Amino acid sequence: MLAGVLLLIFLPPLVAKDLCKDSQDGFKVRLSIKTALGDDAYEWNESEMFLFRSTLAYAMRKQTKQDTYNITNILVCNDTQRVSFVFVVTSPDDPDQLIPKEQIEQAVRQNKHRINNAFLLSDMTLEFVGIPPTLAAPIIYDTEPWLIVFGVVIGAVAVGIVALLMSTVSKKRRAKEKAAGLSEEDEGIVKENGTALSGLGGKEGVYNQTFSNDNRFTEL
Amino acid sequence: MKLKLLNPGLEDRILSHDELERLEVEEAGDRPKWDNKAQYMLTCVGFCVGLGNVWRFPYLCQSHGGGAFMIPFLILLVFEGIPLLHLEFAIGQRLRKGSVGVWRTINPYMLGVGIASMCVSFLVSLYYNTIIAWVMWYFFNSFQEPLPWSQCPINANRTGLVSECERSSPVDYFWYRETLNTSVAIDETGGLQWWMILCLISAWGVLYVCCIRGIETTGKAVYVTSTLPYVVLTIFLIRGLTLKGSVDGIKFLFTPDLNELANPSTWLDAGAQVFYSFSLAFGGLISFSSYNSVHNNCEQDAVIISIINAFTSIYAATVIYSIIGFRATERFDDCLSGNILTLLNTFDLPEGNITQSNYQEVLHSLNSTNPDIISNLHLKTCDLNSFLSEGVEGTGLAFIVFTEAITKMPLSPLWSVLFFIMLFCLGLSSMFGNIEGVLVPLQDLKVFPKSWPKEVISGVTCLVCCLVGLIFVQGSGNYWLALFDSFAGSIPLLIVAFSEMIGVVYVYGIDRFNEDMIFMIGHKPNIFWQATWRVISPLIMLAIFIFYFSTIVTKEIFYIAWDPESENFPTLEKKPYPSWIYVIIFLLAGIPSLSVPGTAVFRAIREYCCKKHPSTITCLQIKNNNNTITEEFVGQNL
Repeated sequence: MLAGVLLLIFLPPLVAKDLCKDSQDGFKVRLSIKTALGDDAYEWNESEMFLFRSTLAYAMRKQTKQDTYNITNILVCNDTQRVSFVFVVTSPDDPDQLIPKEQIEQAVRQNKHRINNAFLLSDMTLEFVGIPPTLAAPIIYDTEPWLIVFGVVIGAVAVGIVALLMSTVSKKRRAKEKAAGLSEEDEGIVKENGTALSGLGGKEGVYNQTFSNDNRFTEL
Repeated sequence: MKLKLLNPGLEDRILSHDELERLEVEEAGDRPKWDNKAQYMLTCVGFCVGLGNVWRFPYLCQSHGGGAFMIPFLILLVFEGIPLLHLEFAIGQRLRKGSVGVWRTINPYMLGVGIASMCVSFLVSLYYNTIIAWVMWYFFNSFQEPLPWSQCPINANRTGLVSECERSSPVDYFWYRETLNTSVAIDETGGLQWWMILCLISAWGVLYVCCIRGIETTGKAVYVTSTLPYVVLTIFLIRGLTLKGSVDGIKFLFTPDLNELANPSTWLDAGAQVFYSFSLAFGGLISFSSYNSVHNNCEQDAVIISIINAFTSIYAATVIYSIIGFRATERFDDCLSGNILTLLNTFDLPEGNITQSNYQEVLHSLNSTNPDIISNLHLKTCDLNSFLSEGVEGTGLAFIVFTEAITKMPLSPLWSVLFFIMLFCLGLSSMFGNIEGVLVPLQDLKVFPKSWPKEVISGVTCLVCCLVGLIFVQGSGNYWLALFDSFAGSIPLLIVAFSEMIGVVYVYGIDRFNEDMIFMIGHKPNIFWQATWRVISPLIMLAIFIFYFSTIVTKEIFYIAWDPESENFPTLEKKPYPSWIYVIIFLLAGIPSLSVPGTAVFRAIREYCCKKHPSTITCLQIKNNNNTITEEFVGQNL
């Protein structure tokens, strides 16, 4: 009787270990806590393992939409100092039957983000050997940033060219106006017959020989 | 007994000292002038200090024995660089013309030297501005976080990274695929890359804005383009010295290996570096100094600019190698961490058991206990020195090695923007000199009608250069650029520089030149200048030329191509040039070089024909032209 009771007590873990060790449906997990957290690293102990098993049970629940998954369905073995171990998932209906690999993989992939966050780790530091991390979606811009900067530079160049050309053109025009004698300043308005010379269309006036000093030929 | 070649009619072609003095005092003549001495110095410094100081000198320094390289570099700087520089400044200041004008004045048969300078300046401008276009592309792409070259893009079905990128590295992929979209061989054009065309247009556009009115506008632009690189270099030095591993880089750079001094290629590389770094024989320096006042102290200028150039090279090398040291250390750490992780995972050891310090012992003990497992792991060998001596130069340094180092720094976009602004300024200020070496000869040769304003001439030149430069934005553009760089910018310059020295010392006459120097700066150049101008520098130029020529002619030339299908990918593959490339090489190197003797021969034939048949139309036109030239001189005297 006693032997029977003892067998009953010790059989499940023994059977469990066999299920875990020899199974093809298990996944190896590796955690690199010290690499991820450095000085803030926590110690890996039974409580952390408990958390891990419960997060995996949660993942299975979400994926299969069955609330029957429990922490006892997650079996762990091959615990090493590295902090790596192998786990398998048993079906809630039949403890001897293992959930196939593909289903576990799907469950883990869909909930990797939550599992990572529970342990303050990332895809690199919490590895499920055989399940590659899903790649982040590439950032798609409406307008590529380089086109915006290019537009700014080309705009500045165009403004510069136009400004410089305009200043050359206006300089040339001003030089032409000066050369043609259209001076803006009136150098003394000489009144003749009560009218200002400026009224004569802005020219420098008409040369009146009566007032000239050219009298060398008339001197006696 | 001084050697002097016959040079009839020289007095008629040049302005006498009195005429120069009068020109100076009355400020007559329509030649442009510098606003102040600072503009002139900054322009010359900007022309001399270019991309070569940043990406060629550090590599040469490191590969030729580190600190020991300074010895040949400084010796050749003093005996080759400074005399040639002084010569170009003096002759430009004295004859007050651009390169074509100067050589035509010294002797009409030497016109070919000026034409060769112009051709070389044109060819170099074409590809140099393409490099600036690449710099601008990287600059435009620096305004995002994360930088596009920091990670590989995801492939089409979102299952993994793009294969080409995964096999090489994100920086390689961004450079060869997303920037150049390079083809596998030089004969495959690969089509024009539209984004590069935009960058090329913006590069020529910026250059046009700065050169639109000649030195009037470039003189203002150099206040920024010549000073900003020094500011950025200092910022990078401070940033670099605070990074881990930077001091290892600097130590690696300057560790002297005196055995290298016995190697002749060290001296030849030093000579070539001094020569190309000073941008001699382009004609730009002659032009720039011709805008100076006639009594400007060109001797002092030459010495100052040489010292600044040498100092910049050494300073830039220090900064670059501090960053390279940082990158090498990061790579070494990554390599080692990767190996450590593999060991931990294989043997299920707790984290922290293997560190960088005990890695070797642990590996050794594990190897003795489980040698088969260890050999199956294929651990990478991590050697800091091999990472440091991944000697990269040229575009590889700027666009691959340095960009990778920047991605590892915090606040990467900021450093990226600063770095590419610095490269842009360095390149642009050198382009000012190149364009000057193209525009002024074109005006002297009367290629454009006189009625065309300066803005139109520079606009047309920039447009033509931009269109021809489209060669470099096609898929194989990178290979074409390397071709132009090796052949257009090397041999012809050496020939021109040698001809310049012979021309000034023996055709113009060293006696007359000495008298000019007394007139201009007040004292005769001392024995150092006499010795170097007459004997030492021409001999050095000749030696470098002979070496270069013999290397190119005897060695089989090949180019390195990025071929994702090659066996050694990602290592670049050496490919031989197709046979029709040799024609192109001959055109690139041959036309400028042969125009030096060619023009003389052409002129001689023409003179001979005109003597025999003086009544032909061409001979009458030439006579008319000669009279107009003399009239112009006479007119300037009034």
